[in-house]
Amino acid sequence: MSSHPSSPLHRPTPHESAHRHVTGEALYVDDLPAPPRMLHAQVVTSPVASGRLVRVDSTRARALPGISAVLLAADIPGENNVGPVVKDEPVLAAETVEYLGQSVALVVGDSPAACRAGASLVEMELEPLQPVLSLEEAISAESFLGPPQAISQGEVDGALAFAPLRFSGEVRSGAQDHFYLETQVSLAVPEEGGALKVYCSTQHPSEVQHLVAHALGWGSHQVTVEVPRMGGGFGGKETQAAPFAVLASLAAVKLGRPVKLWLNRDQDMAQTGKRHPFLARFEAGFDAEGHLLGLDARLYSDGGWATDLSRAIMDRALFHLDNAYYVPACRFVGQVCRTNLPSNTAFRGFGGPQGMLVMEEVLNRAAERLGLDPAVVRARNFYADAPRNETPYGQLVTDNRLTRLRAELLESSDYASRRAQVDAWNRSATHLRRGIGFQPVKFGISFTTGFLNQAGALVVMYTDGSVQLNHGGTEMGQGLHTKMRVLCEHELGVCADRVRVMNTATDKVPNTSATAASSGADLNGQAVAEACAQLRERLRPVAAALLGVPAEEAGELSFHGNAVHARGQSVPMVRLAREAYLRQVPLSATGYYRTPGIHFDPRTGRGRPFHYFAYGAAVVEVELSGLTGEHRVTRVDILHDAGRSLVPNIDRGQVEGAFVQGLGWLTCEELLFNAQGKLLTHSPDTYKIPSLGDAPEDFRVQLLEQAPQDGVIHGSKAVGEPPFMLALGVVTALRHAVSSFGPSGREVKLGVPCTPEAVLRAVVAARVR
Amino acid sequence: MNALRFCLNDRWLEFSGIAPSTTLLRYLRDTQRLTGTKEGCAEGDCGACTVVVVEKDVEGKPSFRAVNSCLLLLPMLHGKRIYTVEALNSAEGLHPAQAALVEHAGSQCGYCTPGVVMSLFEAAYRTDLDEPWKLDAALCGNLCRCTGYRSIRDAAKQVAGSCPKDRFSDQLAGAAPGPMQLTYSAGPQRFVTPGSLGELWDVLEANPAARLVMGGTDLGLEITKRYAEPALLVSLEALEPLRGIREQPDGTAWLGAATFLTDVEAWSRGKLPPLERMLRYFGARQVKNRATVGGNLCTASPIGDLAPVLLALGARFVLASRAGERRVPAEEFFLAYRKTALGPREVLAAVEVPPLPPGARASSYKVSKRREMDISTVSAAFFVQLDDGGRVTAARLAYGGMAATPARSRSAERVLVGNPWGLETVTAAANELTRDFTPLTDHRGSAAYRLLVARNLLRGFHDETAGTPVPRLPHPHTATAHVGGGGA
Ligand SMILES: Cc1cc2nc3c(=O)[nH]c(=O)nc-3n(C[C@H](O)[C@H](O)[C@H](O)COP(=O)(O)OP(=O)(O)OC[C@H]3O[C@@H](n4cnc5c(N)ncnc54)[C@H](O)[C@@H]3O)c2cc1C
Ligand code: FES
Ligand code: FES
Repeated sequence: MSSHPSSPLHRPTPHESAHRHVTGEALYVDDLPAPPRMLHAQVVTSPVASGRLVRVDSTRARALPGISAVLLAADIPGENNVGPVVKDEPVLAAETVEYLGQSVALVVGDSPAACRAGASLVEMELEPLQPVLSLEEAISAESFLGPPQAISQGEVDGALAFAPLRFSGEVRSGAQDHFYLETQVSLAVPEEGGALKVYCSTQHPSEVQHLVAHALGWGSHQVTVEVPRMGGGFGGKETQAAPFAVLASLAAVKLGRPVKLWLNRDQDMAQTGKRHPFLARFEAGFDAEGHLLGLDARLYSDGGWATDLSRAIMDRALFHLDNAYYVPACRFVGQVCRTNLPSNTAFRGFGGPQGMLVMEEVLNRAAERLGLDPAVVRARNFYADAPRNETPYGQLVTDNRLTRLRAELLESSDYASRRAQVDAWNRSATHLRRGIGFQPVKFGISFTTGFLNQAGALVVMYTDGSVQLNHGGTEMGQGLHTKMRVLCEHELGVCADRVRVMNTATDKVPNTSATAASSGADLNGQAVAEACAQLRERLRPVAAALLGVPAEEAGELSFHGNAVHARGQSVPMVRLAREAYLRQVPLSATGYYRTPGIHFDPRTGRGRPFHYFAYGAAVVEVELSGLTGEHRVTRVDILHDAGRSLVPNIDRGQVEGAFVQGLGWLTCEELLFNAQGKLLTHSPDTYKIPSLGDAPEDFRVQLLEQAPQDGVIHGSKAVGEPPFMLALGVVTALRHAVSSFGPSGREVKLGVPCTPEAVLRAVVAARVR
Repeated sequence: MNALRFCLNDRWLEFSGIAPSTTLLRYLRDTQRLTGTKEGCAEGDCGACTVVVVEKDVEGKPSFRAVNSCLLLLPMLHGKRIYTVEALNSAEGLHPAQAALVEHAGSQCGYCTPGVVMSLFEAAYRTDLDEPWKLDAALCGNLCRCTGYRSIRDAAKQVAGSCPKDRFSDQLAGAAPGPMQLTYSAGPQRFVTPGSLGELWDVLEANPAARLVMGGTDLGLEITKRYAEPALLVSLEALEPLRGIREQPDGTAWLGAATFLTDVEAWSRGKLPPLERMLRYFGARQVKNRATVGGNLCTASPIGDLAPVLLALGARFVLASRAGERRVPAEEFFLAYRKTALGPREVLAAVEVPPLPPGARASSYKVSKRREMDISTVSAAFFVQLDDGGRVTAARLAYGGMAATPARSRSAERVLVGNPWGLETVTAAANELTRDFTPLTDHRGSAAYRLLVARNLLRGFHDETAGTPVPRLPHPHTATAHVGGGGA
């Protein structure tokens, strides 16, 4: 069907909830009216990072007025486990505690205050054990979560042996808290006949449904999970909403009353997992022009106490070590380590940023040693024509947009002359130095666990022609509902005010994958389009009949503007729907989609794990003070490849938000634990995400024009995660500025996060002659 | 009468029986079921709970003030008007603050959005937001994890200072906040807002365990984070003698202890740059709209940001009790870690800041992990006076974050005085800092970093004041000590 000019596709559209956001009408789980007799709950957590749980006594807590129950592991009728992949994650600790903050008991009572009082009376007797609290400790104790994962290509040892420039080093990256503004929350409401409705702020309602059912020893059909919307997710509600949903559900069923479990900020930060910190040890070889000849890298990630998604995250880190560059010979090995810390989890980029950081560091250090512009070194190593188009895991880089992005961005951002200006400034500056960096990104799109690449939709039309749209994805701010509504409007020719995007619910679309891996619009969009197309095709003959168009010419009917048009005539959707109903045409349709042609064999480390690659590039300019290490991003130019963007303003928002989140990870966000494994930075008082003043004031974001992507819904591309890694350009720019304090040809000693202290340390090191 | 009264979204409410330590945020969400206002942290650091109250400025003119409802206790609102996000929307459509956010795609998940709307609402009616950089200060108290802020900034540019003529501006013109005097109790807790000093002394004498409170941005955390239930809070908010800013004939500025920092900041603009510079990076707008001079100084926190400025400028603190007033120099006020010279039943009434003499160089600096809305890792304020020959005749070098109290480095000052003001002397003075300070290592920074920054700030001060003896804060700027290219 050709797209009618009134189609909202590829045009700016306000976020589907924008009006409700600004008026405060938008409801989040904690805003839902409390059901009658609702109780509150609070988790009692382990005070030590590792120990044997000798005894838990809730007698005194239970005797407190206002307390309804205290749940312990033994009270769980079904499976005491919420491990999403590996069953190593008890909901409530039974014999041992594995991190400080682990759930041991759940206190249920009339009010948060009553629960707090009750929680303080739960007695725990523990035999503390020696915890493992750092990557180094885990490595030396061989405390691992599963065997190593590896991909390799070519003869790396040989390549390194003969490399004119050969160096080794370490790269570390830190944890990052999701800091979604809405903390974890679930409300479980018993329904008649042994059923349960769970309102949950989760990216993965189906998994929550299944885990709740397992914990209760029920069938999944007894549990419905509904997600109104999330106040941010970023990966933090992919698996880690489940334990709290399960706890609320256990209590609700045990007591036969609605139970809400809401975590305050400190609880949320102390109890839930973060972005995995990584430690990489590498050896790299380059020729004198900065061509990478070989890279041997061993990655360690801190998985925390349980497996969660750590192994898939390590996979993605390994798949993205190459970023945009051809690596002729490599050996990439990853090992997930087990520590007595919160179980680290998905976070925008899913290991990609941690993997890419290693490569970008290697390139920066090579450029610094060779005295070359790091942007030049990057371009020299870009994926190109065969044979320089094969990734370390065997997938070929097709539709390569790197060269185009680089050319257009360097020109539009005036990179070359700005770099010259920066150098000139630095030659005459005392304390205040500038730096500029170029950052390309290539990011693979698809769940690397192949079967997850599927989605469903349910579209229903009523006899007045209005539509309810259900799909398997969840809305966490990324604009998925807006995109899905736009697709529905486009396919059915109905207007926005006649389409209502429904809360995501497991009774509408079953067995969904998490809304994750940037795949929400790609997968659900296809399913929505298919469902809508089915409806449209069922309506077509009815419309043809009403318009007096012969059946064989029904193909020329045009669906737009809440009506169907042909030959200067039209029939409004209200009438058409009614007529279809009278003619006994079904007005509901399900759509389904699976991504074709992707596969990966973990044993050989080869395959085609990604449907396609998303690309982007950034030029970042910074200024820093050699007196205090304070710095500021003064200008950012981004050219991002969102294919033929479904809704450009939404995609631009994703690019901007991702960049600033990446900026936070790389500069001001620092999670610090004490020697007992207690999180010290558990609130925004001490954990600093970027605020308005940290975002670049001169922030120029463009989407690549004329760049439709084959095989993706309407030529669009996934955009949630890839731009996060554009922020790596901040590090390159800071290194450039720091390097101006010392002689050229020397490696800059700057680690991440680049806090003012880290930067000042690097400046001091650079000054040493 | 034991009842609380305030006007919520243009409706007066009167009630009793709710604990005085109940925050406005919890009241809005739990009792009024107004769920537009969100909780993101319960400690004033995220802005999701932002609402607007009508407050008199130092000239007595009512103005809108964005505040964190998570730190406001209900009795602090007695007699006041409050607006929440729910008040803005009407039959006429969206308020310009809301419309601008929709237009610029300034909401993604929407959880921060009601708070952002309320900050923009305040900004819309302000008349002092005449330059784009001032928007950062107006909005840095609203964290957003989704948007990357570009869209919010664009919305702010559109509405800030637009001064819409609407039902809110009409309301404001006639909205003289009511009297605040109050004695309120519920259960075992009591909250008293005396209307006169005499009443204050009576309450304090009768209740040795009474705790003073002003804005509550410090004390409130004990309630929201540690769930304290203070038996008796005594608010200084209705005491006119502790409030306002007066310029005395000799140029001394009298800053009432109960004056909100927003008002002090507005006054300091251009008048006292070292104070202005520090206040620019103090908390966020919502915090400064409640935080007071007295509250900041009386905590005697080593990282309180006003103290170094007042130490460097040679301020006197005015202490008041039933017996009358006494004055102590700033450096005699801070006795030990979180301990002040205040006696029992004594309050801080004001600080008096002498004018900068001719020939003086003075500035202030705040270094923190994040530039805005962060606690100082190190703060500093410096004052040096030079004679005609360029020799230092007087020096006060004050630091925060370097010791158990905000403190001057006497050793470094001694090196300066009598010597020519130049790099050599400054370096020699900086070398002395280790004599006076052995800072801590904590999550904000290591001891080594603190010491190095403390030294470097002095150097930055030297360089920065080479051209302008009393530099104002440049905008936009990168570093606290903003010394640009091509310098010495
Ligand atoms: C998000 C956030 C950010 C902050 N940022 C900063 C910052 O950047 N820099 C900084 O220095 N501080 C900061 N603070 C701390 C706090 O805001 C300030 O110290 C503020 O000035 C306290 O003033 P207040 O009126 O709110 O004090 P309150 O909380 O009302 O009182 C604090 C203490 O002072 C006592 N007190 C108050 N007034 C008097 C008086 N006149 N006489 C005797 N005792 C009195 C009270 O009894 C109480 O013990 C921040 C706080 C928050 C929540
Ligand atoms: S809830 Fe975060 S500032 Fe009030
Ligand atoms: S829109 Fe999600 S936090 Fe601002």
